[in-house]
Amino acid sequence: MSKRALIIFLLSIPFLFILNYFLSNPSLFSPYALQIIVLMGINAILAISWDLIAGVTGQFSIGHAGFMAIGAYSSAFLTLNYHIPLIFAILFSAFLSLLAGFLVGIPSLRLRGDYLAIATLGFGEIVRVAILNMNSLGGARGMKGIPILSSFFSVYFLLAISLWLCLSLLKSQQGRILLSIRENEVASQMMGVDIVRYKVLAFAFSACLAGIAGALYAHWTSFIHPDSFTFMKSIEIILMGVIGGMGTIYGAAIGGAIVTLLPEGLRLLLEQNPLLYQNKEFIRMLFFASLLMIFIILRPQGIFGKKE
Amino acid sequence: MNIFIQQLVNGLAWGGIYALISIGYTMVYGVMQLINFAHGDVFMAGAFAGLVVANLLPNKTSFPSVVLVFLSAMLFSTFLGILIERFGYRSLWRKKAPRLSLLIVAVSISLLLENGGLFIFGAAPRSFPQIIPLKNYSVGGILFTNLQLLIILTSLFLMGILHIIVMRTKMGRAMRAVAEDSEMSALLGIPRERILSFTFALGSSLAGIAGVMVALYTPQINPLMGLLPGLKAFVAAVLGGIGSIPGAMLGGFVLGEAETLVSAYLSSSYRDLFAFLVLILILLFRPQGLLGKGVVEKI
Repeated sequence: MSKRALIIFLLSIPFLFILNYFLSNPSLFSPYALQIIVLMGINAILAISWDLIAGVTGQFSIGHAGFMAIGAYSSAFLTLNYHIPLIFAILFSAFLSLLAGFLVGIPSLRLRGDYLAIATLGFGEIVRVAILNMNSLGGARGMKGIPILSSFFSVYFLLAISLWLCLSLLKSQQGRILLSIRENEVASQMMGVDIVRYKVLAFAFSACLAGIAGALYAHWTSFIHPDSFTFMKSIEIILMGVIGGMGTIYGAAIGGAIVTLLPEGLRLLLEQNPLLYQNKEFIRMLFFASLLMIFIILRPQGIFGKKE
Repeated sequence: MNIFIQQLVNGLAWGGIYALISIGYTMVYGVMQLINFAHGDVFMAGAFAGLVVANLLPNKTSFPSVVLVFLSAMLFSTFLGILIERFGYRSLWRKKAPRLSLLIVAVSISLLLENGGLFIFGAAPRSFPQIIPLKNYSVGGILFTNLQLLIILTSLFLMGILHIIVMRTKMGRAMRAVAEDSEMSALLGIPRERILSFTFALGSSLAGIAGVMVALYTPQINPLMGLLPGLKAFVAAVLGGIGSIPGAMLGGFVLGEAETLVSAYLSSSYRDLFAFLVLILILLFRPQGLLGKGVVEKI
C-alpha cells in the first residue's frame, strides 16, 4: 500500500471530524444539503464497488442492488433488534455481503461475459423476492424506525477507506492481475493466472463494499423497503460507474456524486411545470436512461477518461 | 390427478406466451450475440398499440376488428424493433464495441421504453377491452377457456410459420449463415445489416402478438408489464439453449409449466423466485441449455 495514500488518508480524519461538527449543526448548515452530501458519499462507495467488478475486472454485474440490500437489511435487523453499535452492525453486514459475493462469484468458474451478468441479475432479483417473503424483515411493508446512526463522518470515513483500499489494490500485483483479466481472460489464463480465484475475490470484495454502503444507507434514511433495491437501483449504480469512467476509481466516486446531484437539479427545473412535476420519477429515469445511452455511444470512456 | 392435468393445461398458455417472446431473444442473440433487454418492452408496446386500436374501433367483438387489433400490435412492435436496432445497436455493432457496451445500451433502451410508457399512459393499470368474449369448455373434467385455446393454437401456428421462414426461405438461410459466422457471411456478400433488421422485425412482431394475447388473458396492462415476462422469456431462452429456436420453444413451455406447478403446489409468491433459481441452476450446470450446443472459446 502506497505511503502517500496512507498519509493523505490519515490527514483526512481530523479534517472530516471538523467538517462533521459544522455540517451536523442544523443552525449552521441546512439539513437538506447535508442529506444530499451524505447520499453522495454513500453512492460514491456504491459506484466504487461496482467499478471494481465491471471497470477493473471486466465482470459486468447488473445485480449490485442485491448486495446493497443484504448489507442494509442485515445491519438494520441487528441494530433494530439487538441495539448493537453501528460499527459492529457494519462489520457484520460487510461479512454477510462478502459471503454473498463469494456465492455469486463462484459461477464465474463456468460463466463468462453476458452469462455472468445475467446470473448477477438473477441473484439480485432472488434477494429482493426473498426479502419480500420474509416476515422478520418486514416483508412488503419494509423496515421502519431504524436508528439513525450514520453521519457525515462515518460515511466519508468509510469512503476514504474504500478509496484508499481500491487505489492501493490497483497499484499492487493483484490489481494488475485483475486488469489483465479484464483485457483478455484467455490470455491471462495462459500466463498462469488462476482467473477463477481472482474473479471470485474481486466479486467478494466488491460485494463487501456494496454491503457497507447499504448499511450506511439504512442507518441514514431509517426506512428501507424491498422496492428500494430493485433492478432500477442496479441501473442507477451502473450509470454512476459509466458516467465517471469505467476502470477509474476516482472517476466512479465522482460519478456517484454526480448521479446523486443530477435529480436534485432536475427537480428544481421541473418544479416550474406542474404537469412535468407530477411525472418527475419517470422523467428522472428517462433522463438517466438517455444519459447512459449517450455516454456509451458517444463517450464510452466516461467524463474523466482513462487517466489515473 | 385431475387437478394436476388442469394445472398442466393452465401452464400451456403461459408457456406459449413465454415461447413467443423468447424466440425474439434467441434469434437476436444468434445473429449478434446480444441480450436484447428491450425485447420485453417491445412486448409491452405491442399490448398498448392493441389497446389504442381496440379503443378506437366501434364494433370491438367482430372478427375483422379482432384481426385489426392483432395486426396493428404486430406492425407497431415490428416498427419499434427495427427502430431500436437502427438507432440503438447498429453504430456500436459496426464499431465492434465491447459486448458490455451493447448490454448497457440494451438496458437503457428498455428503461426509455418503460418510462416513456409510464409518462404517456400513467402508472395505473388499464383494462383491456374484451374483444373476444370468454367461453368455458370442459373435456373430461378438465376446464379450459377459448382464450387459452387461442393462445396455444396461435403460438403453435406462428412457430410453424417461423420454422418455415428460417428453414426454407432465402432470408432464413442468410440469417442462419450470419449466426454461424458473421464475418464470413459478410465476405460472401450477405447484407449483414439488412439481415439484422429482419431478425429484429421478426422477433418483435412475435413479441407484439404475445403482448395482445397477454392483455386479453390477464385483462389488465401497464407500462411495466414487459419487465418480468421479458426476463422470464430470457430465462426460457437460456433454458432451451440460447441461439436455438426449437430450444426457445421448449424452454418457454417448460418454464410456463414449471411456474404454474410451483404456484399451484407451493405458493404463488415463489413463482418469480423459482424462475430465477432455474436460470442460475441452468447457467451453473448446463450453460448451453437443454438443446444448445457447447461453444468452444476462440482465441
